[in-house]
Amino acid sequence: MWQVVVFNVTNGLIIGTFYVLMALGLSLILNLSNVINFAHGNFLALGGYLAFMLSPTLGYWGALLISPLLTALIGVVVERFMVRRVYNRDPIYSLLLTFGLAFVMQDAARYIWGPNGLPLGLPAGLSQPISPNLFFITWYRIFMVSVVIVTVLGLFAFLRYSRVGLRIRAGTLDLETVSTLGVNVRNLRTFNFAVGCLLAGLSGVLAAGQIGLNPNMGDDLLMPSFIAIIVGGVGSLIGTLFGGLLIGMAAALTTVVYPAASEAVIYAILMAVLLIRPRGLIGEEGMMS
Amino acid sequence: MTTAVLPATARPAISGKVLVLVAIWAILLTAPFWLPLLGGYTALAGRVLVFGLAAMGLNLLLGFTGVLSFGHAAYFGLGAYGAGLTLRYLVHSTPLAMLAGTLLGGVAGTLFGLLIVRRRGVYFAMCTIAFGQLWYYLAYSWNDFTGGFDGLRDFQRQPIGFGPFTLDITSEGPTFYYFLLGVFAVAVTLMGLLLRSPFGRTLLAIRENERRARFIGIPIERHIWLSFSISCFFTALAGTLYALLNNFADPLALHYSLSGYFVVMTVIGGMRTFWGPLLGAAVFVVLQDYISSMTVNWMSFVGGIFILVVLFFPRGLLGTIRSRAAA
Repeated sequence: MWQVVVFNVTNGLIIGTFYVLMALGLSLILNLSNVINFAHGNFLALGGYLAFMLSPTLGYWGALLISPLLTALIGVVVERFMVRRVYNRDPIYSLLLTFGLAFVMQDAARYIWGPNGLPLGLPAGLSQPISPNLFFITWYRIFMVSVVIVTVLGLFAFLRYSRVGLRIRAGTLDLETVSTLGVNVRNLRTFNFAVGCLLAGLSGVLAAGQIGLNPNMGDDLLMPSFIAIIVGGVGSLIGTLFGGLLIGMAAALTTVVYPAASEAVIYAILMAVLLIRPRGLIGEEGMMS
Repeated sequence: MTTAVLPATARPAISGKVLVLVAIWAILLTAPFWLPLLGGYTALAGRVLVFGLAAMGLNLLLGFTGVLSFGHAAYFGLGAYGAGLTLRYLVHSTPLAMLAGTLLGGVAGTLFGLLIVRRRGVYFAMCTIAFGQLWYYLAYSWNDFTGGFDGLRDFQRQPIGFGPFTLDITSEGPTFYYFLLGVFAVAVTLMGLLLRSPFGRTLLAIRENERRARFIGIPIERHIWLSFSISCFFTALAGTLYALLNNFADPLALHYSLSGYFVVMTVIGGMRTFWGPLLGAAVFVVLQDYISSMTVNWMSFVGGIFILVVLFFPRGLLGTIRSRAAA
């Protein structure tokens, strides 16, 4: 029994970390540019597929490093040519645009890499279990969680201590003033979008090592990420972090008791938060209105 | 002397409106006759009516209240499942199935509206999307009751009795189309009357300037909530018709992709026009039918339509015509 519990707790932690990476990227873009990026799951898949393409030449470690950067680069192109045009328009247009983009990207992935699942090879050492007792915990799972922890800490440090990070945080509160103070807001938004895509790409590479690749691998993560953002509190990245971990854990622990309800519990949390604490667990008053 | 001129200039505008109305209904009434000549089929016209009604219901909120819901497939799908489940498990009656479905979707929307009515803009949209997916997962995973991923089958629309007369709508022929058109006409008339009423005018005031509307004492939240609720009832009604049309309800009728389709139909036709969503639905349904018969990569085309509409055609067909005419 304890093994089942430990198994599901580690599962919850891992699913939670994916929700966190995905939701942090979405949250960054949402906070600064007021755009819900429906195509975020497709950037995740893109990152995974790029790693699949690059790993034969660069090896796993090279691919892990390069493919998120390439994903970010493609994010820059998408932002420059499309997303940027809808920033100051009714939110309906940004939703429709990224929604259409998600369709095109998914179809393109299916066209290029085929509809069937592909595996991403891992270095031999990583796929070993850490001990015979805990056979379900591979070194790869430990590695994945550590990469996410380092990335999230790095992101928060970047936003806290760097000049650009400071501008992003300030822009979240009042973009107009930031612009008046002489910051190039256009470039700031592009950069911010790219960082969001970088996180998506990284989670794509990590996820590909665990569950393999398929054209709609990001779809299942998109809704929980939305919910993580709402539950944590729109406007707060720390909130998004806790929101993602919370619903990942809740879903995994529900699996122990009653597997069929593992999706439902996420929505139950959403409803409870909307009912009892509409601004989210750590959200600021007024951010959602 | 100048006052005598005014009615003369005002009259053509009114008769122009009447002309458009006559044209719309003439096209809809004769669809079963000319559609096959163009290579279409009657069920396609039925689908246009159903999606058109759903999009018009959504537009009550989107175009006439200025509030963005990206989760209306939930109420559409609940309508469809409500009707399907009633026909399958409870009673073999088409009107009761429609009533049950409409109530299910409408009441769900009304209750959920209470939770999110204070959110605005993109956050409102995000809550509607997330909540909408709840029903998708429910229908998807409650296999025994809803048929799961394969959808709900084994139910049939039933003939409707009016005293001594019976309207047999069970066949594929035009009778069912005219039944759909009848329901559509009633719903659309109600919608039109609602928008002309003081309540409808208040919604427009909220859309144009929420802050000013609040300052003159309009209870904004209550109006947005009512608008959301009414819009969900109309969309749920369309959903029940969808179940009757196909004798089938599937989880995709609840999926957020369909919500996106409703929004894009509305935008293609013209968000701030009454008939725009119907026109948009016609364009979208016909295009999708055509493209998906031509290529397996229909997703790229549909996604491409979304992107092109947003970047180059944001006012939609009727919106563009109207602004040309005004210029």
